[in-house]
Amino acid sequence: MRRRTIAGYGAAGAGAIALTLFVGWWRVDGPGAPEPIGQRPMALTEMDFRLTDHEGNEVGPETLIGRPTMAFFGFTYCPDVCPTTLSDISGWLDDLGDEAKQLNVVFITVDPERDTVEAMAEYVSYFHPAIRGWTGPEGQIARIADGFRAAYERVPTEGGDYTMNHTASVFLFGAAGRFVTMIDYHEPREFAVPKIRRALEEETEGAT
Amino acid sequence: MKKIIMTGTLAALLTFGGLSVPALAGPVDVVVESAWSRASIGMNRPGAAYMTIRNTGDEPVTLIGLSTPLAMMPEIHETKTNAEGVSSMSAAGEIAIAPGESVALEPGGLHAMLMRLQQPMTEGETFPLTLLFVDGGEVTVEVPILGIAARGPED
Ligand SMILES: [Cu+2]
Repeated sequence: MRRRTIAGYGAAGAGAIALTLFVGWWRVDGPGAPEPIGQRPMALTEMDFRLTDHEGNEVGPETLIGRPTMAFFGFTYCPDVCPTTLSDISGWLDDLGDEAKQLNVVFITVDPERDTVEAMAEYVSYFHPAIRGWTGPEGQIARIADGFRAAYERVPTEGGDYTMNHTASVFLFGAAGRFVTMIDYHEPREFAVPKIRRALEEETEGAT
Repeated sequence: MKKIIMTGTLAALLTFGGLSVPALAGPVDVVVESAWSRASIGMNRPGAAYMTIRNTGDEPVTLIGLSTPLAMMPEIHETKTNAEGVSSMSAAGEIAIAPGESVALEPGGLHAMLMRLQQPMTEGETFPLTLLFVDGGEVTVEVPILGIAARGPED
């Protein structure tokens, strides 16, 4: 399409158009583009956040680096997607058996206002014991979500309550912190477990 | 939680937990199958219940709402996940079921959202949930409460 348009103009015009197109490309698709939601998550080594796990320990990206990681965003007031995903994760971990012991498994709240350390501790206790619950100040939650390219939004409901829309995919990182892949919501278990194995097998070297 | 006392009927329903529970009432020819829900932590968080609603009659039926002593604001909700992987929940509105057809309320899709719980949902107990239809018909089903990490009616 672009070539055909250029062919109709003189050399100078073509040059100007090419420049315009290049600038357009730079802004829309190229390195100058704003990074849209849904883009590839950053490596854990490039992230910067401070949170607290459900046992009160301070955690950050360095807590995860060195072992493969499976992470999921949600909130404990979520009646449908979050318990379903956490029970799916529990099932995958059961399927993996001993292999699962090498994994960091983290449930990160997008609703720190209600999900205190105590709330996270009680909630994760009902699922696979490998699952850690992370919470923290709103600004730090925003930073980790940004690093993961995860989205969340507070939505008021009838009667003055609120619910949270949020990215429901499960993120997988290799031991060196490099993003490997994600498991989409509704993805069958026969796809999920091999994906987790890919993260487990990811080289420890060569993170970026 | 003493309000829900196990009567003979409830005990029978519990025994047939995962099986089909015929729930015929009034003029609505509807059978509710495989009803289940997850236990709650306290009363502040909303609960969710799942089931298959089958229209066994010759006429279409339209589900317009829910009622239960367990929750002040029960509502049929639908979870949707968009192309970016972001999940959201909203009221599903009326649900028409053609004769011979069924509608599944299952995790990640339609669910009976139980807002404003009046008592905690305790694993091993049941609660009555009434489905309200447009013609005034009602169907009440006893919903077993499974563990928080339950994945389906058989868990
Ligand atoms: Cu809902």
